[in-house]
Amino acid sequence: MPTKPDSTMPDSTMPGSGLGASPIVDVRDLSVHFGLRGGTLARLFGRDAGVVKAVDGVNLALAPGEVVGLVGESGSGKSTLGRSLLGLAPATEGSIKFRGQDLASLSRRSLRDMRRHIQMVFQDPSAALNPAMTIEEAVGDALRVHGMRSAAERRVKVIDALERVGLSPVELFLEKYPRDLSGGQKQRVVIARAIITGPSVLVADEPISMLDMSVRAKILQLMLDLKKDLGLTYVYITHDLASAKYFCDRIAIMYLGRIVEIGPTEEIFANPRHPYTKALLRAIPDPDPGRQLPRDLPRGEVPDAAQPPLGCSFHPRCSEATDICGWESRDLRTIVEAHWTRRSPEEYEAERSLVGDLDHLERPEKSATLGKEGAESARAFLDRVRSEAPDDPMWRGVDMIEDEGSGVRVRFHEGVDPALRRSGGVEVACVLYPEESEA
Amino acid sequence: MRKFLKILAKPFTETAGLARWMLVIGLAITAVFVILAIFAPLLAPYGFAQASADGVKFPKAGAPSGDHWFGTDRLFFDVLSRVIWGARTAIEVVILSIVICVAVGVPLGLVSGYYGGWVDRILVLIMDAMFAFPSFLLAIVFSFLLTGLLGGTVLAVALSLSAIYVPQYFRVVRNTTVSAKEAAYVEAARAIGASDFVIMRRYLFGNVVQSVPVLGTLNAADAILTLAGLGFLGLGIQSTDAAEWGHDLNRALADAGSGIWWTGLYPGLAIVLLVTGLTLVGEGLNETINPTLRRRRLLPVVMSGPAAREER
Repeated sequence: MPTKPDSTMPDSTMPGSGLGASPIVDVRDLSVHFGLRGGTLARLFGRDAGVVKAVDGVNLALAPGEVVGLVGESGSGKSTLGRSLLGLAPATEGSIKFRGQDLASLSRRSLRDMRRHIQMVFQDPSAALNPAMTIEEAVGDALRVHGMRSAAERRVKVIDALERVGLSPVELFLEKYPRDLSGGQKQRVVIARAIITGPSVLVADEPISMLDMSVRAKILQLMLDLKKDLGLTYVYITHDLASAKYFCDRIAIMYLGRIVEIGPTEEIFANPRHPYTKALLRAIPDPDPGRQLPRDLPRGEVPDAAQPPLGCSFHPRCSEATDICGWESRDLRTIVEAHWTRRSPEEYEAERSLVGDLDHLERPEKSATLGKEGAESARAFLDRVRSEAPDDPMWRGVDMIEDEGSGVRVRFHEGVDPALRRSGGVEVACVLYPEESEA
Repeated sequence: MRKFLKILAKPFTETAGLARWMLVIGLAITAVFVILAIFAPLLAPYGFAQASADGVKFPKAGAPSGDHWFGTDRLFFDVLSRVIWGARTAIEVVILSIVICVAVGVPLGLVSGYYGGWVDRILVLIMDAMFAFPSFLLAIVFSFLLTGLLGGTVLAVALSLSAIYVPQYFRVVRNTTVSAKEAAYVEAARAIGASDFVIMRRYLFGNVVQSVPVLGTLNAADAILTLAGLGFLGLGIQSTDAAEWGHDLNRALADAGSGIWWTGLYPGLAIVLLVTGLTLVGEGLNETINPTLRRRRLLPVVMSGPAAREER
């Protein structure tokens, strides 16, 4: 994947961040792959079930004091990227440098020591606290694992941290168990545990998505206050662009393990470039019932990350896809099956006998064979499918249809896997935005 | 003092309904035997292997009388004394074997469940193999081996009993660990920089041992029976080393035909009572601690006026 080495943005385009400061965290070409277990039989015979590329070649540099949002659907790899910053998800390739030190080169022990500088806030505060520990123990344990033996010393720090996150009077909370607290209070405890070791980077993995609406803004405000007081740098992971707009200096849109667009928040919102970004922005609920926005949300589901689409991985769901986006056999199957859902059972049976089984299309390939009753009937079938949805972007990707065997072979255009490229104030990975000559 | 009483009343205040009565009755029965065990030298009129007092020989298989409330057996031993001393043996063996079980099974289960991989597979295989054996057969084999090594001591019998129960503790702890280690708080512990050892000790241990007390008391009841069974077969503790109910039952077998009922009745009654007591405690605890059964405890809320409201 030819991602440009200079693709991480220079700080000059980032508002409100330290100008020209060297990045505090520098992620280069990071990939995190997970091996699949496969079925019992496959495991017995040692067959490889493939890998899921949770994070696939990501570059990201955090300037000190900035707030970077990682936005994407479930399965886009945003949480894995966040966890890998703490070394919780081991990097398969690439490097993560914290203040110039590569996390991958550290021993387990020094990695654990390192974690006092990069801390994490979790999505579900009820699950992130040990039910068998009091608040004092839970928050103080972060100090205890880093070698602070004296309980009295820890208590002073715990009280200070709890006061910082707005849990007062502190004495009321110290002896409580997590089950005695509300969701917002628990999240404050989780934040207190994260800041007590004096970190410089905080990874917040959907910190407000499990909370009541009424406390979400308060928690975000608390995090902004802490950033100001303690000079923190945030990685804010969310699926909610609306809160990211409020919170972030810079936003990275992720899709299937890649960053597809990254840039300053204002620019992303004012002028979204990637079709996926546009779709996400359209998906933000609008409280004005009188205004009806066209909500052509991306069709279908997030594809299987174990077998991502060829070319640009967003192309099957993209409304602006072109001929070179990487069309392939599975897209043909999708469109044929969509066609069949609108047929009567008799018509379906007739057409089904024409083309036979479609399971062989499940293997991603640049061409697909179809039909078993001769080329003519297969062509006629494809024409019927096409006439029903002539505007489907997939047809742009069809290069030619040639006779082969008992049917036809549909050849698709060679696809392009777009790299992250500069376009205006942002960087975007889409064939619609080709390389800009450096001004 | 008040605090102590509160703790003492806990089985009553923290439970409800059937569980409360099972727990309270079970605890009462068990407490009687524990007291007998602790104060055996004071409570028993004679020693467990004493055949004469003040130079007067005890009658052989004498019927219950003022001198010997439960009578005497063929070896001139006082049955009441042997029942009381037997409680001591039983409690000693059971406590020792459960301590060994917990000390072995819980850490093994934690490590096996937490690390997984081939360590886990091998341990599970061994434990399952032990579990698959008929437990009494296993106890017999182990007590043969161990009495050869250690002699017929309490320790040898306790060890052979633990051999049957360790797999249970291992499996319970291992399975709860496997599910608990996926919890977000374990990941959070890793995120604050905790080592594997710290995670196991401070984060997992407290959350996976909750069912161990229940298992312990239920196993204790079973262990009493197994101990008696071993004694009945003449394995384990010999009658001159310590009083053992099962062994006494074995010797009483020949008496039953000749109308000597007291040598068999009292040790048998002791076994039945102690097993019942421990089972009741276990089931009561299970109803109280086990989260899947605990739902029954939720009592309907009755709204009351401010005057009737009082601190619970």
